[in-house]
Amino acid sequence: MPAVQETIDRVRSIDLDQYKYGFETTIEMEKSEKGISEDVIRFISAKKDEPEWMLAWRLDAYKRWQTMQEPDWARVSYDKVDYKDIYYYAAPKRPAAMSLDEIDPEILKTYEKLGIPLREVEVLEGIAPERRVAVDAVFDSVSVATTFKAELSKAGVIFMPISEAIREYPDLVKKYLGSVVPVTDNFFATLNSAVFSDGSFVYIPPGVRCPMELSTYFRINERDTGQFERTLIIADKGSYVSYLEGCTAPKRDDNQLHAAVVELVALDDAEIKYSTVQNWYPGDNDGKGGIYNFVTKRGDCRGANSKISWTQVETGSAITWKYPSCILRGDNSRGEFYSIAVSNGMQQVDSGTKMIHLGKNTTSRIISKGISAGRSQNTYRGLVSAHRKATGARNFTNCDSLLIGDQCGAHTVPYIESKNSSAQFEHEATTSKISEDQMFYCQQRGLSNEEATALIVNGFVRDVLQQLPMEFAVEAQKLISISLEGSVG
Amino acid sequence: MIEIKNLTVAIEDKQILNGLNLTVNDGEVAAIMGPNGSGKSTLSYVIAGKEDYEVLDGEILLDGVNILEMSPDERAASGVFLAFQYPLEIPGVGTMTFLKATLNAQRRARGEGELSTPDFIRKVNGAAEKLEINKEMLKRALNVGFSGGEKKRMEILQMALLEPKFCVLDETDSGLDIDALRIVSGGVNALRAQGRSFLVITHYQRLLDYIVPDVVHVMSQGQIVKSGDKDLAKALEASGYAEYRTGEAA
Repeated sequence: MPAVQETIDRVRSIDLDQYKYGFETTIEMEKSEKGISEDVIRFISAKKDEPEWMLAWRLDAYKRWQTMQEPDWARVSYDKVDYKDIYYYAAPKRPAAMSLDEIDPEILKTYEKLGIPLREVEVLEGIAPERRVAVDAVFDSVSVATTFKAELSKAGVIFMPISEAIREYPDLVKKYLGSVVPVTDNFFATLNSAVFSDGSFVYIPPGVRCPMELSTYFRINERDTGQFERTLIIADKGSYVSYLEGCTAPKRDDNQLHAAVVELVALDDAEIKYSTVQNWYPGDNDGKGGIYNFVTKRGDCRGANSKISWTQVETGSAITWKYPSCILRGDNSRGEFYSIAVSNGMQQVDSGTKMIHLGKNTTSRIISKGISAGRSQNTYRGLVSAHRKATGARNFTNCDSLLIGDQCGAHTVPYIESKNSSAQFEHEATTSKISEDQMFYCQQRGLSNEEATALIVNGFVRDVLQQLPMEFAVEAQKLISISLEGSVG
Repeated sequence: MIEIKNLTVAIEDKQILNGLNLTVNDGEVAAIMGPNGSGKSTLSYVIAGKEDYEVLDGEILLDGVNILEMSPDERAASGVFLAFQYPLEIPGVGTMTFLKATLNAQRRARGEGELSTPDFIRKVNGAAEKLEINKEMLKRALNVGFSGGEKKRMEILQMALLEPKFCVLDETDSGLDIDALRIVSGGVNALRAQGRSFLVITHYQRLLDYIVPDVVHVMSQGQIVKSGDKDLAKALEASGYAEYRTGEAA
């Protein structure tokens, strides 16, 4: 039927430029020499004006990294990364800006194009009063701007690039850095420990409820550059913070490496809510280009009654290897993981979580929604474990997979380990397919192919979207529809 | 007005409709009766544009325009509505969300503005009340966990909201008890109007006691073989389909 053919053509044409963040910014960059060596690490450390202990920490990590093997247990396949062929440090040539006026206008334009507000003035003047979000913008290897610093510091909240925190709050950083994800945790985390260049540092003092959402926006711009950011968030006793990260990168034919480490520490009665909207360039329809996203994220519910909640909407990256986890050390602590992972084209996702129950009466909840379209592969991999002393531990897990089309795959690999008899673990999993009959039904009522898919998918992910801060939920919903454009027809 | 001319349709190389001709005038309620396997459901799916069917010949004109050239959603926007025999469940999608999305999609396709939320809610509440659909039901995911009767009432609610020009009811009476049949028929009768025509597909005369047709057609082996007024349905109920079954396999 001609109408069907037209639909297919239209969908194809959308598909080609569906990644609207694929533009490139041209500015003068300063880079380290290509590849990794002690000299490169010294160069990065010197650029950051780091104290001696930090350099020693990095060099130690590098030594250990050289003895480690890249993990191969994930259900992903890719050409080996040539670690000698990457720039580990790339930064805009202009010196770090003290105010927005000093930032390279090209960079400001970049963030404007991405819809990230770096001009807090406008927000304060009431142009968009409802959207009060403090942003740390990380461009390749460095943080280029952090907004609302003054207002936050009035509340005692520290929110700054981690490179600054290392200089200004060395005791805090020393105490917590690597305390959740040890230097030798895994190949990618160890590499990150050696070469990380920037990222955000957050400290919420006891009893403080952070007065606004904090967010970091990561942008990889430079060619052949890896991004190795490091985020450390500490919520002291009885405090609360909600944090959001977003990520994009230009379209390129080569694969680019992103190996981040995020550590969260929640002390007694503290709560951290960490949301991610990940939209790295996924590569083209034939699997050319795209970001390798090898990320270690872990939260430590160190204090009693503490709570850490991860919410992620993953639509980008050629390969995702990512398991945001919670260590439930404090008694009565709680961990949550809400995830939507969308894969289309040739994307490969291996993602999930670990809930490690160590304290008494600890609870955790996992809701994972995987949506696979195109020729993609989407794996949920999760571990729920209860230690001998974790009496009364409880977990509820629900993993649902939705398949669109017949060339994609969905896989669920749950591990459950319990070393005490009082633990209660529940696991539910479903796999479903958008049926042609459902599609036809929706179309008969007037919805286009795309609208019908979006509606059914949104129904599928609703429980997770509800966990995101309101404004981001709307963005995430749009993002999901865009990622799935061209997946039916 | 709907005019079906020489409609010839196959599915998986098996010809189901064999040069079918049928006209339904504006404001007319036409019933189609016929034995199992005569092609009644195929006809309803081909009108609505389901993909699996191959149209070998013929045309379906809605007010002179051949809808066979259109995608299912385009047909819907131009006024074709099919009340499904087995309405589909859409998990996680609230009934109100679905109703609003479809209504606005059709309005957009016709170049009309979207309905404001208060106007939309008023419209739904008014129509729902007539069909004895309570607010609780509207809060649930579309058709998920609905009884057979609830699903059919939901179909008629959608019909009432979308205000189609041409409504096809595919065995809407199947699985309904007497009370549900009364409510559903009442809903359909309330929608009978000058510019709107209906094609009511059924096995049983019973439904036609409630929705009284202007014309009755008998279908067999993919063709209309006999037409008459409402008394034809009554005659069929008495004699059965035996005389129309010749050559049927099952």
